[in-house]
Amino acid sequence: MTSAALRSRAWKLLEMVTTPLLPSDYLDLVSPLRAGADLRGRIEAVLPETDDAATVVIRPGRGWRGHTAGQYVRIGVDVDGVRLWRAYSITSPTHRQDGRVTITVKAIPDGKVSNHLVRRARPGTLIQLDQPTGDFVLPQAKPAKVLYLTAGSGITPVMGMLRDIELDDAVMVHCAPQPYDVIFRNELHDLVADKKLRLTEVHTDTDGMLDIGRLDELVPDWAERETWACGPAGLLDAAEEHWTEHGVRERLHTERFRPGIVVAGEGGEVTFSATGRTVDADGATPLLDVGEEAGVLMPSGCRMGICFGCVTPLKAGAVRDLRTGEITEAEPGVLIQTCVSAAAGPCDIER
Amino acid sequence: MTAIDPTAHLTAEQIEELGRELDAIRDEVIAGRGEKDAAYIRKVISAQRKLELVSRGVLLFSIFPPAWLIGTAGLSVAKIMDNMEIGHNILHGQWDWMRDPKIHSTTWEWDHVSPSEQWKHSHNELHHTYTNVIGKDNDLGYGIMRVDEDQRWHPFHLGQPLWNFINACFFEYGIAAYDLELGKNLHKRRRNNPEFRARAKAVGRKIRKQVLKDYVIHPLLSGPSFLPTLAATFTANLVRNIWSHSVIMCGHFPEGVQVFERRSIKGETRGQWYLRQMMGSANISGSRAMHFMTGNLSHQIEHHLFPDLPSNRYAEVAVKVRALFEKYELEYVTGPLPKQVFSAWRKVFRLSLPNRKPKVKTPDREQELVAA
Repeated sequence: MTSAALRSRAWKLLEMVTTPLLPSDYLDLVSPLRAGADLRGRIEAVLPETDDAATVVIRPGRGWRGHTAGQYVRIGVDVDGVRLWRAYSITSPTHRQDGRVTITVKAIPDGKVSNHLVRRARPGTLIQLDQPTGDFVLPQAKPAKVLYLTAGSGITPVMGMLRDIELDDAVMVHCAPQPYDVIFRNELHDLVADKKLRLTEVHTDTDGMLDIGRLDELVPDWAERETWACGPAGLLDAAEEHWTEHGVRERLHTERFRPGIVVAGEGGEVTFSATGRTVDADGATPLLDVGEEAGVLMPSGCRMGICFGCVTPLKAGAVRDLRTGEITEAEPGVLIQTCVSAAAGPCDIER
Repeated sequence: MTAIDPTAHLTAEQIEELGRELDAIRDEVIAGRGEKDAAYIRKVISAQRKLELVSRGVLLFSIFPPAWLIGTAGLSVAKIMDNMEIGHNILHGQWDWMRDPKIHSTTWEWDHVSPSEQWKHSHNELHHTYTNVIGKDNDLGYGIMRVDEDQRWHPFHLGQPLWNFINACFFEYGIAAYDLELGKNLHKRRRNNPEFRARAKAVGRKIRKQVLKDYVIHPLLSGPSFLPTLAATFTANLVRNIWSHSVIMCGHFPEGVQVFERRSIKGETRGQWYLRQMMGSANISGSRAMHFMTGNLSHQIEHHLFPDLPSNRYAEVAVKVRALFEKYELEYVTGPLPKQVFSAWRKVFRLSLPNRKPKVKTPDREQELVAA
């Protein structure tokens, strides 16, 4: 018998010992970061960067496959007891000696996870991790001339690149409200002093928003450069338009942090994606009734919110709890009780 | 059902007001749910797992009587924790709000022969929706006993003290059979129903796994302690079964708890539903340890009003709920465990015999039922 087969037999036997739990349920008590466990990480330090940004140092579990500079990672953090998932760019270089990785988080107004990480997260806390992903990365062959166009926390994936690979000719245009809002400012200025980077800071509180037309004067050869741009949607939209106009769109690489913001309203178009049916729903009819009316096979139970027999994944959009008025937005892994939830804007129910 | 309706003094408006007040209690707890609650359930789960591990470890040496005693006691407590404070409450969705897929009503499986999926249907959906409605809620005597004067007497009920005792000893099997609705489904016509067969198969699988673990694998691992370990796991299961059975009997069987007629719930409002839960459940009084070991089902009244609120919050909710009982002049049925168990058993004995005299319904009650 091969060793793999032997191991799988032994595991089966262990499962008989621990049923109805799994051996991993017990192993997680002592070694949550071990190889073979669900991927997790442990926060080892939270280092302030600016007033509202901090770098979180994470020791990833043994299953971590490593990242490419510029990529992001989804992390699951328990905030007030609720597990919330967010994506953050990795700011540490690819092969950090101590095996840790860092993300740098800017607290956004009303941001549950970002405020928690910047102001309340403590070393020792376990978080959930996904493998790193994203194609906002440098190509294998180093480009001769590079432009980094960033704003606010859009600096984070680019910092991952700057720390990872030294380029011959790199220019950065970075926007932030005030000098002290520039995340990694000291490190950027060190790079400039070492002549590894040419940097233009745009301080939007005094200089106003960056006018993309000014790029000609800031970086005269911008059109010849491979450009990586990351920042608010307004900046990226303007950049895409500008690069397209000049026929060099293929040289622009962009990364958008927040693709869509859910606006909760009253009722909306409900898609039952597994069945492929879409219907209009008002803000007062339970989604269970909406689905049944549309001929979708919906699991059901008490029809009054107590039995949890109707819980179904919410894939997109938002719903309102008809009892409390509470809004639930779609996130991976979010299940809703269809018997007491109504559409709060367009949404997608996995049925 | 008692001839005199203990809620007759309430007007329809008062009942709806009561419902709103209960909703407000519920909303307050939901708004306050947070980190501390999450830490609580994680701590309980971790403690349960450690206790089970250590107890099973000690039982490897159960050939020595002190080890047998300690291991058996530990395993009994671990099994009670698994079924009561952890399993029952997670399967109610009380912790779903944490969005932790490992502590979630859709993924949890317990140390019990009834698969959680089936139990959730018969318990969460049928029992909790139709609490104490004769003909709708099979928890009223589990289909093998008569626990209210309004249930029809049958000579079969003469043996119910015995059935109840056997059910207590093998409670988890009783529950599995109950979830399968064996009595109904073993009839010739239903036996071959594919849906029933699939469910029966799932129960069979679960029983096989549980029995194999407790009565074969762990004793075998104990080597020379094979027989003592076998006896220990059997004892732990017995203790857990009798304990859960006793606690659960106290929830709806003691004297003073009301049952309802099927037609009384037609068009029931939220306030009326709440009122039925209040009148159809009974509590157990006692220490914090007592509440913990019952999985907070000692707060059965609060649990029935708010089955999806985290169990660790029932104690604080109970104070407010009790105040409402007083405000609306309703009887809050509670008492220490021995008293409540005795009361429930006395009913089981009393109702094994037919009613002493034919029951006469008061015209008041009739009218009220028609109005409802």
